Amino acid sequence: MEVFEVIQPGLLTTIQDKGRYGYQQYGVPVSGAMDSYALLLANLLVGNDERHACLEITALGPRLQVLSDTAVAVTGADLSLALNNSPLPMWEAVKVCSGDVISFGRPRRGCRSYLAVAGGIDVCKVMGSRSTYIRSHLGGLEGRALRSGDRLHSGKARQRISVRKVPPEYLPEYQVENELRVILGPQDDYFTERGIQTFLHSEYVISAQTDRMGCRLEGSPIEHRAVADIVSDGIPPGAVQVPGDGLPIILLADRQTTGGYAKIATVSSVDLPKLAQAEMGARVRFLQVTEEEAYQLLRRYEQTIDAVREYLSQDH
Amino acid sequence: MIYEKPRILPGGDTALFVEFGDTINPELNLRVRRLLVAIQEARLPELVETVPTYRSLLVYYDARQTSPGEMRTKLEVLAQKTEGGEHLESKVTEVPTVYGGENGCDLEYVAKHNGLSPEEVIRLHAGRAYLIHMLGFIPGFAYLGGMCPRIATPRLSTPRSKIPAGSVGIAGNQTGIYPAESPGGWRLIGRTPIELFDPKKTPPALLEMGNYVKFVEITVQEFNRIREEVEQGTYRVKETPLCRGA
Repeated sequence: MEVFEVIQPGLLTTIQDKGRYGYQQYGVPVSGAMDSYALLLANLLVGNDERHACLEITALGPRLQVLSDTAVAVTGADLSLALNNSPLPMWEAVKVCSGDVISFGRPRRGCRSYLAVAGGIDVCKVMGSRSTYIRSHLGGLEGRALRSGDRLHSGKARQRISVRKVPPEYLPEYQVENELRVILGPQDDYFTERGIQTFLHSEYVISAQTDRMGCRLEGSPIEHRAVADIVSDGIPPGAVQVPGDGLPIILLADRQTTGGYAKIATVSSVDLPKLAQAEMGARVRFLQVTEEEAYQLLRRYEQTIDAVREYLSQDH
Repeated sequence: MIYEKPRILPGGDTALFVEFGDTINPELNLRVRRLLVAIQEARLPELVETVPTYRSLLVYYDARQTSPGEMRTKLEVLAQKTEGGEHLESKVTEVPTVYGGENGCDLEYVAKHNGLSPEEVIRLHAGRAYLIHMLGFIPGFAYLGGMCPRIATPRLSTPRSKIPAGSVGIAGNQTGIYPAESPGGWRLIGRTPIELFDPKKTPPALLEMGNYVKFVEITVQEFNRIREEVEQGTYRVKETPLCRGA
């Protein structure tokens, strides 16, 4: 059913789900929500499962006319969400009616909001996913960001939506200072001992040239042993590549599948959602963990996810 | 160089690299491909996807089903199978290409730069099989190995903002085909009417690592005819088997 008409698209509003898996071998980036935690919670709040698509809203949000009675939930960054010009709470399911207007205002905390609608945003899947990859015009709505006049459809909602709200203990806090846990490698041997110490003990600032592809950092240059270029290999999410200028770039959802710069480390996957919400000028420090420690962090994160899923599947 | 034993390197907490060397080498490509086949045959339930490249195979796994330690052990066992073993079947995909003119506006430059005639450049570029080392950069883009060094030409110092899909170019000692319209700094010597990437097809990319590409010179008339057939969905890409190592 038709759920929204876009009155104003905002700065960069795209349709995203968990991402497009299985096609990196053909050079197709994974894409998907930058903040997978906020995406999942938005979906769970309106009775969707984790595979449904949401709107990823960047910094300056859209203005949407509601076309059908339904339920929505907005999670992630606080971008002054409003319904008919009155503030609307985030991190909970809200009923909206045909004729309502959902809008956003001044960005307060974080970078990206996720708007879920009961039944999910429905567009044709491309290679198994609804995620938008703008650079190659794949997925989403004609492979592009939303525009004024676009009409969005939702899939079939699975159940009646009761009042659901994320309990405070599961709400993330977006910080100006971020500690990112990293696993060294695969090319930490391309850097001098001093280079690795610089990486682990300096503070970096998120630059303005940060987008869905990667987070560029400014700060102390990291010293290579000899060269920054490698014979290309794959790029996992959160990989920290260091080009010749020594300034690290953390590769994110829209990263290319392969690349030719040495990668000093990879950010643990549980820390990627907070990086997705870190604004320009926010500070970043790297903390080394072992592969096993990162695995334990991930397991604990999965347990949290299971607990939230369980909580939100019941009526309260 | 190719390592004596493959190295298993961390790719964060969701992936591991099995690295065979740090060079562009057909033997290394064969090892990556053998591991790819071994992993497919092993049907690991925790496998998410794999990304083969010049130097390694990046293996993504589901950390809910296995630990990095367990995954390492499994990959070590599978990686042992990449030494020796039987030859893998490869195929050669023919890429019909119209050279020069408006479809290859840098052909004259490439010829002049190398002290050759345009015809010699075409002769050296077409008619040989190029190994597909990997796909990457943009969807469907194949990194090809084996270009004749006599036609190597540096990239443009200022990239063009728009290069049409199907353009065949040279950058340094590499040759490649643009699967989609994009900006780029390669020297354009020709253009193919066939599609290298179609998200509606399975698999979406025409080319696959470990196989080969051969450029076949066509005329502008043939280019137009093939393009029409491609648009109507009646064109069949010519593929022939190649015995590897032969």
